[in-house]
Amino acid sequence: MTESNIAIELINVDKHFGAVHANDKVNLSVQTGTIHGIVGENGAGKSTLMSILYGFYQADSGQIKVFNKDFRAISSKQSIEAGIGMVHQHFMLVDNFTVLENVVLGSEGGALISESLANARIELTRLAKEYGLEVDLDVAIEDLSVGMQQRVEILKGLYKGAKVLILDEPTGVLTPQESDELFRIFEALKKQGVTIILITHKLREIMSITDNVSVMRAGKMVAHRETSKTNPEELAELMIGRKVLLNIKKSKAKSGSPALIAKNLEIMNEQGLKRVSDVSFEARSGEILGIAGVTGNGQGTLLKALAGILPISKGSIEIMGETITSNNTLNPEQLRNLGVAHVPEDRQRMGMISEFTASETALLGYHNDKTINQGVWLKRASVKANCESMMEAFDVRPSNPNLMSSNFSGGNQQKLILAREFERDPDLLIIGQPTRGVDIGAIEFIRKRIIEMRDAGKAIILISVELEEIMSLSDRIVVMCDGEITGTVNGSEADEATLGMMMANALESEDSLKGAKV
Amino acid sequence: MTRERRLSWINGLLLPFLNVLTAFIATAIVFILIGVDPIEATKILIYGALGYDEGLGYTLYYATNFVFTGLAVAVAFHAGLFNIGGEGQAYVGGLGTAIVALYLNPALSAWIVIPLAISGGLLFGALWAIIPAYLQAYRGSHIVITTIMFNFLASALMVYVLVNVLREVGEMSPESADFIKASWLPFVHDVFASFGYKIAKSPLNLSILVALFFSGLVWFFLWHTRWGYAIRAVGKSNDAAVYGGINPKKIIIVTMCISGALAGLVGINELMGVQHRLFLNFNYGYGFGGIAVALMGRNHPVGILIAAFLFGILYQGGAELDFELQNVSRDIVVVMQGLVILFCGGLEYLYRPILIRFLAPIEATE
Repeated sequence: MTESNIAIELINVDKHFGAVHANDKVNLSVQTGTIHGIVGENGAGKSTLMSILYGFYQADSGQIKVFNKDFRAISSKQSIEAGIGMVHQHFMLVDNFTVLENVVLGSEGGALISESLANARIELTRLAKEYGLEVDLDVAIEDLSVGMQQRVEILKGLYKGAKVLILDEPTGVLTPQESDELFRIFEALKKQGVTIILITHKLREIMSITDNVSVMRAGKMVAHRETSKTNPEELAELMIGRKVLLNIKKSKAKSGSPALIAKNLEIMNEQGLKRVSDVSFEARSGEILGIAGVTGNGQGTLLKALAGILPISKGSIEIMGETITSNNTLNPEQLRNLGVAHVPEDRQRMGMISEFTASETALLGYHNDKTINQGVWLKRASVKANCESMMEAFDVRPSNPNLMSSNFSGGNQQKLILAREFERDPDLLIIGQPTRGVDIGAIEFIRKRIIEMRDAGKAIILISVELEEIMSLSDRIVVMCDGEITGTVNGSEADEATLGMMMANALESEDSLKGAKV
Repeated sequence: MTRERRLSWINGLLLPFLNVLTAFIATAIVFILIGVDPIEATKILIYGALGYDEGLGYTLYYATNFVFTGLAVAVAFHAGLFNIGGEGQAYVGGLGTAIVALYLNPALSAWIVIPLAISGGLLFGALWAIIPAYLQAYRGSHIVITTIMFNFLASALMVYVLVNVLREVGEMSPESADFIKASWLPFVHDVFASFGYKIAKSPLNLSILVALFFSGLVWFFLWHTRWGYAIRAVGKSNDAAVYGGINPKKIIIVTMCISGALAGLVGINELMGVQHRLFLNFNYGYGFGGIAVALMGRNHPVGILIAAFLFGILYQGGAELDFELQNVSRDIVVVMQGLVILFCGGLEYLYRPILIRFLAPIEATE
């Protein structure tokens, strides 16, 4: 490879956050016109590295070259000028603006917007044709599917002149079919000479799409490989520094009696929009019921209703001999007293309180517990002792109950929440996204614990957008789309294609529904 | 020292100190602009507030009011509510105190009358906060808007009550009759005198003990009871609180009642302690001062005690400045108060980046 081929070159890039060494003399070179994957556990320093490249942070030391020119970004403006575009995990789009308005945002030009809009329309039509990125420019973002929104993000980058696109976990919110579509776009971009840096933790994607892959671990770049000359096992081992067992072995489920029976549920979300309709299922003790689906198809709303956070508007839920209907509701505390534990989907906002200490987060939901209260007095020593024992049981590090919850890594926060919910010996566990944003070492640990709970005869309802997770853990799988159940499969018989079709089939029916309304 | 510990020192002590210092420097500039020597003014202010018995007595007497309203703001703040209705709650709380202290049988013992009169203040203060609380919890009307409106309502209500209901026949001024003797809280100088120590007369009375008691109570309540936990959970994360089985609507109502009740205690100091009757505007400025005190004290009772003492100094020292210097009026206190709010509240983290940068090399060597 000649030097002129290199799009991005990082030489000994170093970055500290206080005592944390986020990037330790990182070297990386990305060849022009290739797809380069960067893998690593959460907290390995991938995001920091890309943020330095995109001008969010400045490196403490080291050198960055973009197309062989020295580069130092103090804001994203310089990065954009140098030809770097970034597609964030959470899209940076204005929901009620049209595609065109979103793309122009930040480069409107003069005081009057009509001229720049007209120019942008011409340019975007050209780009869309060239790269196969067709999008209706006059549709509001909120009316587009997630996959289409991502396309808009990519278009936005290209419109601003990006020759290098950085994508942070781009498939996290997509169906398998949408992911395939995205990869097709990658190929088209690559043909046109665009360089793509793909940050992901999904090794399958790395294997299928990238040309080269770099592995980060604990702030260091530990390996560079040509994708064709490596395999997922090697990459996983490089990422965590030891061999991992991603597919957890589990025995056959010994299903018992139903612990939860949901009949014809209809649920409105917080905004009063109907997100779940006519959903019925059973969760039996001793088995894991997986609920699969693309984010935002009603699973989250369902989970909240099962946990008593949202009321149901139609149907009934039978839990432990109690029947919940729209008239007879149980609040989260009453459900906990019945033996229902809930690990929420949104760990940061719901499962914990970032500004509370770990011991206070470990108390959430159980602050009225008799063992820690004596009259009016909340016995902080007992609270702390409980937290310490949870931390030991679930290997939470650092095991300091006085540390702010926000100062733990995602995996350790999740372990603390699981400890809180598991240690009360519940009969029914409702678990949402147990391993989202959690590093591989912790994923293995968490999944093992979930299986252990199943084997101890607990009923478990598992909601996850990770198909791989649903498939490796569930004994039965229910697929949801647009608030309805679109399929039920036995865990042992499930394969990704079928589940993907169930998730996507319903997407088509959603379109036809919309058409009918219009 | 660990990093978190160091950060908590920075956030808890160093930052407020620097912020207050900045506010004082800004005040000094104001003094220079109006042709007053700031050093001279500082001397007068400090001597006037702390230099002799009587001045110190006044300082502590003002501070007592700020403790009550500061605690009121702080409790609400921990539930994520910005109660700026302390002014009105203090005013109406005074009415509650007055009703008990006016109409109870004068033959009753002070040991019965005083707790009842204090309860009257707590109750009426809480009642005045409950409507804004309800509107916030169940109707989504913002508490800042409603509590400020309730300040005006309180004003109008008290004028009406004093002019038409409580004013004595034949009296010109809108004041109530004198409270029954049993409701009078003893002056500190009288208490000292009964033990044989002679100190100068000042309005400082035993309300200051009530203030200290409630400071301790608020501390215990917020950090050592399950209800305090629930309040703080709602304040930090509504979603997490709901997840934990806490009903934020109930918490809003309960917290605002506690907050209003604390503000309602201003009447103890002003009415039962000093004036022994109800009159117009006895609450003037303390409700808003409480906001500054809570901000400066970082919503912690210990911080509030310190901040209230500082505000007591400003009030008393400001009065002395007004007296001693020709071109300074008492309004300079309001200027200082405003600057403290600006630097402690609005520009709370002004120095944080600088301090963090300053500490980085120290941390690197560890």
